[in-house]
Amino acid sequence: MISSSLSPMPSASQTDFAMYSRAYKTIVSTPPLLWVALFLLLPYALMFAHSFWAVQDGVIVHHWSLSNYQKLLTNSLYADVLFRTMRIAASVMLCSLLLGYPLAYCLSFHSGQRKELLYQLVIVPLWVSYLVRGYAWKTILGSEGVLNGFLQYAHITHEPVSFLLYSPFAVVLMLTHIYTPFVFLPIYASLEHIPRPLVEASQDLGASPASTFFRVILPLSMPGLLAGATFAFVLSLGDFLAPLLVGGSSGTMIANIVQTLFGATYDWPLGAAISVCILLITLSLLFLTERLEKRWSFK
Amino acid sequence: MSSVAIPQPASVDTNPPLLEVRGVAKRFASREVLKNISLNIASGEFLTLLGESGSGKTTLLRLIAGFEQPTAGEIWMSGERLDTLPPYKRRVNTVFQNYALFPHLNVRDNIAYGLRVQGAPKNEISGRVDDALNMVKMAEFATARPSRLSGGQQQRVALARALVNRPQLLLLDEPLSALDANLRKQMQSELKALQREIGITFLFVTHDQEEAMALSDRIALLKDGALEQVASPREIYAHPATAYAAQFIGQTNLLRGEIRRSIATCGVLRWPLEEADTPALFSLRPETIRLCPDGKRQTNEVKFRATIRQQIYGGASELLEVDCGAGQLLRVRLPASGPLADEHDFVFSIADAIRVTN
Repeated sequence: MISSSLSPMPSASQTDFAMYSRAYKTIVSTPPLLWVALFLLLPYALMFAHSFWAVQDGVIVHHWSLSNYQKLLTNSLYADVLFRTMRIAASVMLCSLLLGYPLAYCLSFHSGQRKELLYQLVIVPLWVSYLVRGYAWKTILGSEGVLNGFLQYAHITHEPVSFLLYSPFAVVLMLTHIYTPFVFLPIYASLEHIPRPLVEASQDLGASPASTFFRVILPLSMPGLLAGATFAFVLSLGDFLAPLLVGGSSGTMIANIVQTLFGATYDWPLGAAISVCILLITLSLLFLTERLEKRWSFK
Repeated sequence: MSSVAIPQPASVDTNPPLLEVRGVAKRFASREVLKNISLNIASGEFLTLLGESGSGKTTLLRLIAGFEQPTAGEIWMSGERLDTLPPYKRRVNTVFQNYALFPHLNVRDNIAYGLRVQGAPKNEISGRVDDALNMVKMAEFATARPSRLSGGQQQRVALARALVNRPQLLLLDEPLSALDANLRKQMQSELKALQREIGITFLFVTHDQEEAMALSDRIALLKDGALEQVASPREIYAHPATAYAAQFIGQTNLLRGEIRRSIATCGVLRWPLEEADTPALFSLRPETIRLCPDGKRQTNEVKFRATIRQQIYGGASELLEVDCGAGQLLRVRLPASGPLADEHDFVFSIADAIRVTN
């Protein structure tokens, strides 16, 4: 009796609720969707279209062809710079992992009371402008710079060492400095998520600290490690300020080429073609890491 | 006759103990968690550390496992100093409260973990892991990830993972507390049967006195970081040493009174007791008090008349709250006997009023 007399009531309110929630969802999701369409999808589409067009007499003509991609494949300059860029990005990834992982590990497992303070110290550089840090490296590495000054003062060298600045080395150094916190953060987060009884269980079962690290801690922090590595690689891949500031001609990266093509040379189609290539590399990398992260997550 | 059934560990005195805790204290910052604990565990014994949360029972377990260092004192096992060794060099294994199974390894690899890190030969590992899987009836789940298992199944895997290493001593940190009541009862009897079968010494931590009574050969009752009493369940129930022990394990009536001129007086209750004059505290279990319908008592019994204030039906038994005059309330447990009312005569045997310290 009770249920039959009450049953029309909830269904009426349910339809009300359904209508309300649909309207609500529409209102809430429209602005972000518009934003994504206007500022992400449209530019990508434009870039993609441009990469098939060409420049004639300083004007972009809408002739569809693969000539830009052909140029990329035949002119070894582009491939060389692209490979150098990937080499630099890989070096940055490796260096910031080598710095970021031990740092995150020590902070998460062995810092005790000072954890919060140390964490803040790692984060602080993120608040400093990228440009300021770039110029700081110029001051440190330059021939009149702090490092050369010290080397000569200590009589290790007699004249300024020139390979420090304006070289791929300088680019890797600066990017490592900038992206290590980005690598540190996801690794630290994943280490903090490892239940400490698992570490104790491993030792309890006879595993030494080193064995515990390789058998328990490292596998369980893999998602963070992959995320950090992806950050460092992808962000370095598209960087153009570091090579501009400290790279010199031997440290030029692919983004500098794109910038020149869009700015000085006014060859937007070729620039767009390179951009599409970088985008594809990045996307396939993200796809790969996502697959790997799934493989290493155990929820 | 009953002494046959009671597993009195007579071997405690004759054989050297497996584990010796000698004057161990533990201090965290300014908080003293364990105070001068000395405790021996015999080989093959099932000993339970029983206490409320914060009594230090888990800390004592962690000291033995090696996850904490004692502030003072020593721990010895089989004639070897234990507390100076890192956890991974101790022949002790732990079943953790929330099992702590490795989420990235399947059941089989979880169980094989200990043998692998210690470099046991491959064919031996697979044989022993199979045995362990069968022992806890988990063979069909060998390739499952821990996240796919129920609480009871995870519990079994945790047990197998520890036992496969054949430890001299197995530590169990409230292993049943995460299970629901029915499963807990079932796991209790499985655990007890398993311990008898393999003969490994168990050191079990719990805050559940019923669980402690059901499983243990001996119970070590902890209060505020100190040992209150160490005895078999029957001994600790029948002869609690302290008021706390009497109240924590089972229900009791605490009678506060005095002994003067060989007469013990607690409120309206009086009985002869050949002891020096002193204030005294007695524990009187509710089930030791009986109805006395004919009003006659034996010479070694105390009789009193009381009004029934409350009667709670409990299936096999009835719990009464009775007023024996002057507001002195006693709890009485009788076999189920139907509703009672008004005044009745009650008796208890003098020997059942156990003198306890405060």
